[in-house]
Amino acid sequence: MARLTDLPEWERQHHLDKIRDLPDFGRTPFVSGPPLSRRRVAIVTTSGLHVHGDRPFEMGSADYRVIPGDAPAGRLRMSHISVNFDRSGFQEDINVVFPLDRLRELEANGAVGSVSAFHYSFMGAAPIRNLEPKARELAALLKKDRVDAVLLTPV
Amino acid sequence: MGALGHYLEREGVPTAQISLIREQTAAIRPPRALWVPFMLGRPFGAPNEPDFQRRVLRALLSLFERVSGPVLEDFPEDAPAADAPVGGFACPVSFAAASVKQGDLVEAMRREIAQLAPWYDLAVRRRGRTTVGISGMKVEDAASHAASYLDGAPRPPAIPGLSAGVALKRACDDVKAFHYEAAAAQPGNLSPKAIDNWFWRETAAAKVFLAIQQICLKSSDESLQPLGKLSLVPRAVSHGLAEARQEQRKP
Repeated sequence: MARLTDLPEWERQHHLDKIRDLPDFGRTPFVSGPPLSRRRVAIVTTSGLHVHGDRPFEMGSADYRVIPGDAPAGRLRMSHISVNFDRSGFQEDINVVFPLDRLRELEANGAVGSVSAFHYSFMGAAPIRNLEPKARELAALLKKDRVDAVLLTPV
Repeated sequence: MGALGHYLEREGVPTAQISLIREQTAAIRPPRALWVPFMLGRPFGAPNEPDFQRRVLRALLSLFERVSGPVLEDFPEDAPAADAPVGGFACPVSFAAASVKQGDLVEAMRREIAQLAPWYDLAVRRRGRTTVGISGMKVEDAASHAASYLDGAPRPPAIPGLSAGVALKRACDDVKAFHYEAAAAQPGNLSPKAIDNWFWRETAAAKVFLAIQQICLKSSDESLQPLGKLSLVPRAVSHGLAEARQEQRKP
């Protein structure tokens, strides 16, 4: 479905136009770490998730919301402003977007070292450069929490 | 998404991301990415498929074991049954009232919500959760808020300090989520595409949304304009309507 070749021409062009507008990120950084079984993992999603009662995302929001690991699935909402992706999957099962239950299973069987008590959510529709200040802020928090494997999950 | 990989890893935090549009990820070159051939909105493939979701997650995590990058790998499997056939869906709730003139549209949407309510309640009971509720209003009130734009007397935001556009967007999102959750509880195990088709082709709510879109396009309120341009009606629906209009104009 997300193969560009499977999309109608007007939709394919929409996604290709986005590539044309991308800034140059320069050299790709690459940080090594311990084996997976000793890593601490957090999820950072750009799906516009927030905990019910927290501030929903708005047009242009470039900040993040904290998703505590103990927030019940029933408290999670999606306030991404885009209407161009499927939400029925998330409505049925949060793990299709935010796979915390699956991650906990891998923690229980020792495949990953530990799962952070905090996860984070941005809204992917924000202009790409605008995410940088909050991403840097978030990096400092993640390091303080000894997270050395961040899973980035879009919608 | 790929930008976050650059920003976090530059600060010393290792990242691995799911890529939904491979071409975009290839252009951004984040440190580690797993491209998946799934529909937008479903980065782990399909709901209630824990084994499949786990395979995607394991493949993503395995990228941390690479010694150099950037890495862009393809996940080899398609999502299970995500694109079931569209045909054959007959919604048990009758929306004959939805094909009415604009004056009755608001009333039709209210009736529609009342008719869907038992299915929505069933969905909430089965799932133990709902995604409705970002507007801070009951769905009936969210619908009335949206409908007030058609009545020519838009209600002020229920939450002080919110712009008209943000309040209207959240109200519409709640109405739509209510419809989708209700439809998913009905017989037929509907595919996402079938629910989309039903909502945008058959419901009064969608007709109200399309009318609001036109009102927002003409509005001088800057907070409403995004709803006219992009954040109320999906590109696929706008495109389909434009094509249908072109067809009609042909001699």
